[in-house]
Amino acid sequence: MSILEVKDLTKHFPLKSGLLGRTTSAVRAVDGVSFSVDQGETLGIVGESGCGKSTTARLLMQLIMPTSGTIRFEGKTVGTSELPLKAFRRQVQMVFQDSYASLNPRLTVEDSIAFAPTVHGVSTDQAVRKARALLDRVGLEPSRFAGRYPHELSGGQRQRVNIARALAVEPRVLLLDEAVSALDKSVEAQVLNLLLDLKQEMGLTYLFISHDLEVVRFMSSRVLVMYLGRVAEVGPTEALYTSSRHPYTTALLGSLLSMDPDNRRTEAPLAGDPPNPIDPPPGCRFHTRCAFAEAVCGEREPVLGSVGADHTAACHMAVSGSGHSKAPLSNAGGRAA
Amino acid sequence: MLNSAPSDILAPIERSPGYWATVWRRFRRDPVAVGAGLVVLALILMAIFAPYIAPQDPYKGMALRRLRPPGTEGYPLGSDELGRDMLTRLIYGARLSLFMGVTPVIIALGAGATIGIVAGYAGGWVNTILMRVIDVFFAFPSVLLAIALSGALGAGIANGLISLTVVFIPPIARVAESVTTSVRSRDYVEAARASGAGAFRIIRTQVLGNVMGPIFVYAMSLIAVSMILASGLSFLGLGVKPPEPEWGLMLNTLRTAIYVQPLLCALPGLMIFLTSIAFNLLTDGLRSAMDLKA
Repeated sequence: MSILEVKDLTKHFPLKSGLLGRTTSAVRAVDGVSFSVDQGETLGIVGESGCGKSTTARLLMQLIMPTSGTIRFEGKTVGTSELPLKAFRRQVQMVFQDSYASLNPRLTVEDSIAFAPTVHGVSTDQAVRKARALLDRVGLEPSRFAGRYPHELSGGQRQRVNIARALAVEPRVLLLDEAVSALDKSVEAQVLNLLLDLKQEMGLTYLFISHDLEVVRFMSSRVLVMYLGRVAEVGPTEALYTSSRHPYTTALLGSLLSMDPDNRRTEAPLAGDPPNPIDPPPGCRFHTRCAFAEAVCGEREPVLGSVGADHTAACHMAVSGSGHSKAPLSNAGGRAA
Repeated sequence: MLNSAPSDILAPIERSPGYWATVWRRFRRDPVAVGAGLVVLALILMAIFAPYIAPQDPYKGMALRRLRPPGTEGYPLGSDELGRDMLTRLIYGARLSLFMGVTPVIIALGAGATIGIVAGYAGGWVNTILMRVIDVFFAFPSVLLAIALSGALGAGIANGLISLTVVFIPPIARVAESVTTSVRSRDYVEAARASGAGAFRIIRTQVLGNVMGPIFVYAMSLIAVSMILASGLSFLGLGVKPPEPEWGLMLNTLRTAIYVQPLLCALPGLMIFLTSIAFNLLTDGLRSAMDLKA
């Protein structure tokens, strides 16, 4: 059952120019993104920098307001009388990438963690108790760490505090926006294992945003690939990593370091930078960099089509009758079930 | 999920010294700042206990003993143009001069910080409207604005205070706005918003602690300016009126004696100089003590 459902989420940041500040164009950071997250799963979101991963996270958290689109939590539309924002924010919390910037330098660790519960009506005393219990749970001894300030902690310890802070309101969904990307590899592994334990213990659902494909593979049950503000491919982790259907996904996976020295890659899997999101290319947004691009790719925009069990890709090569020479003849690639 | 908490959950914890404790420790190690702080403290004590320290009555003069040079018997710092004891009047002068220096800044700090923090946190059109209005005041040089306002309102201590306050609100608001704007986009403010807290609570618990330091230091640096401006107003006959002892006013009334007793005329100016230097050095010391990475 899906706990979180996103439909046509769009965020255009207007660009103003001239004396009167007229809106002349817009950065299409997120452009019609739809997906759903099932209760208890981990959905990984990957993509190059600037593809809209973090904007999606901020939109989900309603830290920035979407230009259009709806977010439904357990079937209830967020931000309406069905599910007011404050109630939604008890259910969904976020861990930011920068462990230092996301903690108030003037507050002790326990005060930072205890803040959110007090917002939701928990007494200060209870909130502090809870903060210390959570510190203990994330592996930081309360008697040593509760009274410390963020600058006295290491990056890994701070990120543990951030996780404790996010869990303080007992949310059901945790958005992890590059939560481990800034950590050393050894610390990263510890924090990832902590996240897996917490998920099991508290029945959490994760949205795991990262540019690190290995980490995403380790953490996620399903993976969503974003390119230039759009969904390129979504599918179960193993299916996506072993038989990706979108050439962008394939190129991304091709950038993984090979463990086999005889099989080392000599040329870049993907050349150039993503196009400017102010003026995205017509048709398929990836066709400017795609090795298989044909006329149809520059003309029509591909929609997400089924390419396997619970596996969809937005590529003309995956959909029969799209006009692409590599498109399947029949609907053979369709949903097998 | 939290029932498995250890039983000693409210056991005593190790506490790190807070931010202000650290600032104080750093400040104490700075001899210049501590010295300036002591001078300021001495001036404040002098103002409070003026009646007990001053040797004579500040208003009672003796026409026969006008403009005595410093060192004259009975007049350690000489006597002014009406034969009043200079030492007494300089001591009493600290009262009004400090009052005129500190009060407008405190009021302007309250008003300016509120405007600036609201503008900075709200952003958007609220920010634009508030800050453009503030910008209008920057079109006038502060001295001219103070003189113009005092002139329009009429002489007197209250009017002097009002005009100085108006002069100091815009710069404080602008500093408050820029600090708040930079703090507002930090992740911890975002995290507080994501926890469901309202704007007022976020400002109170997350923003204030991070912006008040710089705003406060800036306001302190204005105390010296305010004192000098207040003295200037008094000098022009727009602030404090005779026969009140106030350094700026004393400078004004004694200027006629500049060829007779130059040293005497310089004394009130020296006090203004000393006080503003002390405040400035104190501010500098505080600023560097607060300049922590944390």
